[in-house]
Amino acid sequence: MQQDAISTASILSLLLGDGGHFLGIIFLSLQVTITAVTCAGLVGLPLGAALALSRFPGRTVIIVLVNTMMGFPPVVAGLAIFLLLSRSGPLGDMGLLFTPKAMMIAQFVLVLPIIVALTRQTIEDLWTEYQDHLTSLGAGRLRSIPTLLWDARFSLVTTLLAGLGRASAEVGAILIVGGNIAGFTRTMTTSIALETSKGDLPLAMALGVVLMSLTLAINSLAYGISRVGARFSGKS
Amino acid sequence: MRDTTSLLPLIVRDLRLERDGRVLLDVPIARIQNRQRNVILGPNGAGKSLFLKTCHGLVPPTSGSIEFTRPASAADNRRKQAMVFQKPVMLRRSVRANFMHALAMAGVGWRERRRIATETMAQFGLSSLADMPARVLSGGEQQRLAIARAASLWPDLLFLDEPTSSLDPTASRQIEDMLEILHERGVTLVLTTHDLGLARRFADVILFFHNGRLVEESNAERFFTAPQTPEAKAFLEHRLFW
Repeated sequence: MQQDAISTASILSLLLGDGGHFLGIIFLSLQVTITAVTCAGLVGLPLGAALALSRFPGRTVIIVLVNTMMGFPPVVAGLAIFLLLSRSGPLGDMGLLFTPKAMMIAQFVLVLPIIVALTRQTIEDLWTEYQDHLTSLGAGRLRSIPTLLWDARFSLVTTLLAGLGRASAEVGAILIVGGNIAGFTRTMTTSIALETSKGDLPLAMALGVVLMSLTLAINSLAYGISRVGARFSGKS
Repeated sequence: MRDTTSLLPLIVRDLRLERDGRVLLDVPIARIQNRQRNVILGPNGAGKSLFLKTCHGLVPPTSGSIEFTRPASAADNRRKQAMVFQKPVMLRRSVRANFMHALAMAGVGWRERRRIATETMAQFGLSSLADMPARVLSGGEQQRLAIARAASLWPDLLFLDEPTSSLDPTASRQIEDMLEILHERGVTLVLTTHDLGLARRFADVILFFHNGRLVEESNAERFFTAPQTPEAKAFLEHRLFW
């Protein structure tokens, strides 16, 4: 019982107290995740839309591959990036291994397939509906992409948030390529893994609470946006 | 502002459309005359919608030609015509933004776009709906928006696929009034319908389709008083046939 009380008190003191170290971890996590998802969105949204509208041999194979990549095991992705970035790897000279940038790259690789696959599906459905109208207006497939991306905006924000969810909860890849270096590449998830194995449960639990709250916030946001979107698509 | 030299008549020659060995359209010759109200009649599956889409350039024909009288580039031809679909395509935006988008695609500058959108909405009684999401409008309002949106592009030629289907009599009447306004503006109209009342009141020319073939093309008055083919006669007497 006593230990529980101590734990709760220490969790609270970490959450509310001065902990610059603690905030640093949260800040780094957000920085890595948000950068990775933003970049994946910038690449993945147009790519997914292009994949939805294009017709070329091998398209089906690419779609199946991208869908498969959605379930890519993070540790395997981490390993692949590790090999690429390690001293003797092809990109070793850039000296990125065990830096926040390496973690961003790893998460980018994990999130990109999710965004491409979900965007492709969304845009393809919308294209079926809009095709005649847009063709009638003289917009070719290429010029239709901005229209479709904008009209799918609510679904696509949800897609981005799904990517954010995957990135923020992920530990395997960033642990491998980031190295969990205190004050430099230590994020919420890697800290939780480390502190739990060290036995520093208050810190692990405090970070867990923050992570859960963030996930809750992301999901509330996704729900709210889908409600607004339902109004624009005339479903409410 | 308006170009007085028209692209029309539109002349369709030896048009055939086949899919999986089935002949869906077979039109040896058809003429869409300038400034006429052309109404396409025929039972379900007669190829009416397909004929519209083919003329509008959305469905490439297997063989045959669809030519405007005044030769112009493909892009110019496209800009001079518009189409309203049976199920109106409503962008997931406000009513005003639906106009703005269509005008942007037609290459109209931003300031002009706003002006034309506002004017067109006022003309067709849509001003009060300007900021509503288009997809929450009623069926009749959506159809009016779709027609007004096409009208805002000032086409010479407007195709409409069953513009009054699934609308109540009041809404149908509003659509008919809009079509009259467009006719007075000098727009050539080509529409399909199952509403014989509308066809009788509205049409100058009837194109009667049956089983993908253009069976009869004639002056509306003559079509309704003295149809020339047994198929048209049976159709007007509501006798089932296929």
